[in-house]
Amino acid sequence: MLSYFITRLAQAVVVVFAMSVIVFVGVFAIGNPIDVMIDPGATQAIREKLIAQYGLDQPLVVQYWTFLKNVAQGDLGTSMVYNIPVVDLVFSRFPATLELVLVSVLIAVGVGIPAGLWAGYRPDSIGAKMIMALSVLGFSVPTFWIGMLLIMGFAVELGWLPSGGRGDEATVFGITSSLFTPDGWSHVIMPAINLSLFKMGLMIRLTRAGMVEAMGTDYVKFARAQGLPDRQIVFRHILRNISIPIVTVLGLELGSTLAFAVVTESVFNWPGVGKLIIDSILQLDRPVMVSYLIMVVILFVLINLVVDLVYARLDPRVRLKGGA
Amino acid sequence: MSAALEVRGLTTQFSTRKGAVTAVNDVSFSVQPGRILGLVGESGSGKSVTGFSIMGLIDEPGRITAGEVLVQGTDMRSLSAEGRRQMRGRNVSMVFQDPMMTLNPVLRVGDQMAMAVRVHDKVSKAAAWDRAREALEIVGIPAPAERLQAYPHQLSGGMRQRVAIATALLHRPAVILADEPTTALDVSIQGQILAEVRRLADETGTAIVWVTHDLAVVSSLADDIAVMYAGRIVESGSAEAVIAHPRHPYTRGLIDSVPGLHEPGRDLPQIPGSTPQLANLPSGCPFRPRCPRATDICATIPPNTGTEAHSVLCHHPIEAT
Amino acid sequence: MPEIVAENIAAVPSAPPVETRAERLRNFWSDFRESWVAVGALIVIGVLLFLSFGAPLVSPQDPYDMAALDWLDAFLRPGTEGSGGYVHLLGTDNAGRDMLSAIFYGLRTSFVIGLSAGALALLVGIAVGLTAAYFGGRIEALLMRIVDLQLSMPAILLALVLVAMLGQGVAQIILALVVAQYAYFARTTHGAAKVERGKDYIEAARSTPLPTHRVLFKHLLPNVLPPLIVVATVQVASAIALEATLSFLGVGLPLTEPSLGSLISNGFKYIHSDRYWLSIYPGLALMVTVVAINLVGDQVRKVLDPRNSR
Repeated sequence: MLSYFITRLAQAVVVVFAMSVIVFVGVFAIGNPIDVMIDPGATQAIREKLIAQYGLDQPLVVQYWTFLKNVAQGDLGTSMVYNIPVVDLVFSRFPATLELVLVSVLIAVGVGIPAGLWAGYRPDSIGAKMIMALSVLGFSVPTFWIGMLLIMGFAVELGWLPSGGRGDEATVFGITSSLFTPDGWSHVIMPAINLSLFKMGLMIRLTRAGMVEAMGTDYVKFARAQGLPDRQIVFRHILRNISIPIVTVLGLELGSTLAFAVVTESVFNWPGVGKLIIDSILQLDRPVMVSYLIMVVILFVLINLVVDLVYARLDPRVRLKGGA
Repeated sequence: MSAALEVRGLTTQFSTRKGAVTAVNDVSFSVQPGRILGLVGESGSGKSVTGFSIMGLIDEPGRITAGEVLVQGTDMRSLSAEGRRQMRGRNVSMVFQDPMMTLNPVLRVGDQMAMAVRVHDKVSKAAAWDRAREALEIVGIPAPAERLQAYPHQLSGGMRQRVAIATALLHRPAVILADEPTTALDVSIQGQILAEVRRLADETGTAIVWVTHDLAVVSSLADDIAVMYAGRIVESGSAEAVIAHPRHPYTRGLIDSVPGLHEPGRDLPQIPGSTPQLANLPSGCPFRPRCPRATDICATIPPNTGTEAHSVLCHHPIEAT
Repeated sequence: MPEIVAENIAAVPSAPPVETRAERLRNFWSDFRESWVAVGALIVIGVLLFLSFGAPLVSPQDPYDMAALDWLDAFLRPGTEGSGGYVHLLGTDNAGRDMLSAIFYGLRTSFVIGLSAGALALLVGIAVGLTAAYFGGRIEALLMRIVDLQLSMPAILLALVLVAMLGQGVAQIILALVVAQYAYFARTTHGAAKVERGKDYIEAARSTPLPTHRVLFKHLLPNVLPPLIVVATVQVASAIALEATLSFLGVGLPLTEPSLGSLISNGFKYIHSDRYWLSIYPGLALMVTVVAINLVGDQVRKVLDPRNSR
């Protein structure tokens, strides 16, 4: 197991480096990196001063090295719009996105998996067919559209929930979050549901497929031959088996949830990292864009790594390949 | 002594796009405690479906449409679904063909067996593991405590099948149905398991139904034999009687085609034709298209003739000697 | 004692006759027809295609011709007659654009972008997948590593990044969509091709002096096509949804190009003022389109599933 872990870690490091090169080259492709960091309206004299200051007349390799050094020290430049270091900016918005993603994953899993289990257990029932039809809607209809419908329905027409923004925060055990206030929940619930729908659709389909396949296996037949009641079979035998691919997909989809948060945050005016990136693209705030790219790459690689490890832990066939 | 298992007129049908297919057609047999019945037939003869029907494990689109299945005198068909579930594993249990697929790969052997114990007996987990360990010992697995901690993929094929048999034995059922349990194993392991099973039947008085296509296995193991063809039992009787003096032409053909009973160098006799398609059975005797003794009367269902001890379903049974 | 050759007693059944292409298509169609939902969806798509590509003919107004607009017509409720003398069935927006016409033109853009991005991604994906499967070894490992990496990144992120780097415009959007989506095709092609590669007839073909590309096209490709069709339908729907999302966010097509996404985005601003028709109808059109394509794709997948042997 240890060798597995080390191999994957090494691969992850290689990928991060490769991506950093790509990102760096990409930044070059947009134009002179100096343009990335200064106000486009600066005079020629200031430009030349900054070029010398940032060492941009150095050979490419040296520049890359400087870039890496800066990144390692946590210096990702300064936002042109907000005039504060990008790192601070991003970290100040991160908790909001985290709240949103957390709640939406909980909803997707909490609703999606039981629904999928039922749809797989009784695939010909009316309930199952309805669940499957809804799941198609979940991942085919564009997220922003559903978001709009939610706002129009619950906020404008019924007035039950606020139409946007984040709620009040409270601090519990040193953690500050809007999830600790009822007002915070009233604000987070609609965007979280919106964000969860795509993943929920996926969870339902995946769980159902796993269930249907599992119900036909010999070990389920054998369990029934032993007199095990169906409920025990589903929860003790089958769930263990299908949890492996489900967890894998969940982890991998975590990244896409973060990405889709971009859309949901825009629709619901949620002050998270996603909205930040959209605004920065529209406002051409390039330091923020570049840093977002880097962070996303690192995050993805990390997630992939963790998922691999969890998979190895859950599936005893992989875990014990070296042993016994 | 009353029979451990008695099957009367069992009929199981499947609805398919081409209509209803009768996989098990008016099957009757009984097994006394401690006796081994070999249920012999080719693939498609309905032998496995018979086993599942007895256990009550037939799912849609299949249904048992007629008959009684008496386990220790209780008719499984008259029970509720919950009643049947309680009988399964406790009074009648089953062993399947491929042990790799029968055991759940992500659970430890001990966990799976303990679950099987605790479903019928309210004991602690530790007590259940103890019972499991005992069962492993009975089937001759060395170092059973370690084996309990293992995962199925860490055991050999023969070992896994013994675990399956041990699981079937946990509640000392009156009847064990074994569906081709040694087909997927090496010949040498097969021999060991056969000997174990014989010993178990003798020592514990369990009635065993051994479903197989392999006449050779059955001839060395079983006390009684029932031969199935196209969903019907075409011949049944004691093993010696059926093997030495087969009365149905199909049984005759099966025995004749075993190499070893003939002089070397001679052509091996074969039953002409191919396995019948259950959806397209001819009217009357299902063996008619392939039978060397068929006449016009065989267009009707043959009667069950012969003696109580050796019965045959044929219009022209081979003479008893 | 060796096993009785009971199995061998059976005569060898004759192999089923090979289906001609016409028969296969007929079978496919009759299987597909089994789901009336899918057939309905197919009809809907047909109608939408007609309306959108025939937009100049069926629309009462060209909403992107500035001269035809009159801002006095702004915010007319659905069913009101405008200054042009015809009834605006779905109302008008803040610039006096007839919503019905705008939706037709927007649909056209969606289809054009979705279909071309899908087609291009298909070609690129097939090229990459077949190359990897055919040559194997390090080339295969490298190509599929890149594909896997790209698959783990959500399409919307890739698209955002590319649009940020390339700017806005139809060609840029299509390029961004192709880059984001070719990976699905590549992986499907590679997977199916690998299965076929192991089969004997490919070995036989390779051992003849047939040129490489002949083997690829005549042998591998036809067997790889069915799963690709399924992926293609899903990806076209996904491309349409993605473009709409990008336009909604403001980073997609510029406002001068008609797009359902920008229509919805435009209407979103008025969501609180009871002028629902600015965003609801374009949104409905988008939803119907995407769901219909997905339903058709679902049924195609069910029919082409190799486990679904008839």
